[in-house]
Amino acid sequence: MIHKFKQLDLNIVLDVYSGSVHVVDDAFYDMLSYINEPFDEKNINKEEIFARLQENYTSEEITEAYNEMVSLYNEGLLFSEDTYAEIAKNWHKKSVVKALCLHVAHDCNLRCKYCFADTGEFHGHRGIMSAEVGKKAIDFVIENSGSRRNIEIDYFGGEPLMNFGVVKEITEYAKEQGKLHDKNFRFTITTNGLLLNDEVKEYVNANMSNIVLSLDGTKETNDRVRYRVDKSGSYDTIVPKFIDLANSRNQMDYYTRGTFTAYNLDFAKDVLHLADLGFKQTSVEPVVAPYSEDYALRKEHIPQVFAEYDKLAEEYIKRRREGRGFNFFHFMVDLDQGPCVIKRLSGCGSGHEYLAVTPEGDIYPCHQFVGNEKFKMGNVFEGKLDESMKSMFENSNVYTKEKCRDCFAKFYCSGGCPANAYNFNEDINKPYELACEFERKRVECAIAIEAIKMLEDLD
Amino acid sequence: MKHVKTLNKATLKESAKHGGCGECQTSCQSACKTSCTVANQKCERV
Repeated sequence: MIHKFKQLDLNIVLDVYSGSVHVVDDAFYDMLSYINEPFDEKNINKEEIFARLQENYTSEEITEAYNEMVSLYNEGLLFSEDTYAEIAKNWHKKSVVKALCLHVAHDCNLRCKYCFADTGEFHGHRGIMSAEVGKKAIDFVIENSGSRRNIEIDYFGGEPLMNFGVVKEITEYAKEQGKLHDKNFRFTITTNGLLLNDEVKEYVNANMSNIVLSLDGTKETNDRVRYRVDKSGSYDTIVPKFIDLANSRNQMDYYTRGTFTAYNLDFAKDVLHLADLGFKQTSVEPVVAPYSEDYALRKEHIPQVFAEYDKLAEEYIKRRREGRGFNFFHFMVDLDQGPCVIKRLSGCGSGHEYLAVTPEGDIYPCHQFVGNEKFKMGNVFEGKLDESMKSMFENSNVYTKEKCRDCFAKFYCSGGCPANAYNFNEDINKPYELACEFERKRVECAIAIEAIKMLEDLD
Repeated sequence: MKHVKTLNKATLKESAKHGGCGECQTSCQSACKTSCTVANQKCERV
């Protein structure tokens, strides 16, 4: 399967199953419009193709382009066939738990309008995780991680800094237990920043491999949706703290992470605002919300969202050329290495490798499922998981999702977010289509950006 | 080639032979908490 597209003034051809990317000229690009898959030279009507292309290209150009196309096919870099379906069919994955999202505080000092966590309550009641529950969760992951050495612990909320003492206690316990059981714990924390101070900064920098700082963009964008109980905005308080924290980490190993909604469809300006503030690591993602909400993104917003990604991609590369580039999470793709195809087809790991733990110790497939009782998989004190639910997640992959079959982006998103799929289509194997639309656009931008970086030898 | 610049080789096919060690990060942990992007993650073996 191939996917051809134009982005950033380049003609790009992605060979989906080999992962190869080609930048081609117009003659080659136009010729591909007349080639059917599966590729078979015997079935190609060369005369007809040449006749169609002769209006714009010389015979020599057409012949050269044709020969180059056949040569790429013979090298396995174009029109490659799917060789992974068999791997997926014989999928008997015996996964181990390798990551936990610890909901250390089901409470928050903000009341963000779009919060999927129900402003911290997760459709339950406000609650704080005890050190006992947190430590039990660490024991649980050690017991269930098999021979896997690297274990990730993600402190999440609500707002985890509302329970920072317990965060530290759990972290120290995990480090100690890690030494005893030969496990390498890595910690991350997601925060709205209100409670950031020097003590927190020092501890986080010494212990956390990544920190996610929630900020949506300009003051106007941010404060419209990210406000306190008294409706006052958070921007003025958090921005100086975030700048200080990012600099203290040498602008590495963190993300400013925002959400865009129907209120700021012109979100490119918000991403650029983050870059203008000096942040080198940014991520701004589309809100996921029921269509009944006025801030929800809907199908009619697609053209504008695409135009914003185009605009952002252009400015992104312009700044790179000027030596003042920054990273945007969804525009980052590694064409040379990146994750293996097994990882790419198996998805995010929720429900089997990645689990969320509530303040009460209840286990859910991921943070997005927390609060939906149907998805409760166990409790850290019981120490075991609902095996049938675990299998359901374990067996889900790109090939169990009908809608992914013909999608060129499937090895870039790995079939999308199961929670979104369930929330919109009541089936973890039926992806949420609006997210698919946005993902495809971002993948095109990301590949084009990477192509320019490689062609121009930019950082 | 005159009409094509190939940026990378068959990286996916290659990775099928050696991949699947499972030591990599789960994808929701880097920055996204509401979407799923896998291709920008790092392989722990590289």
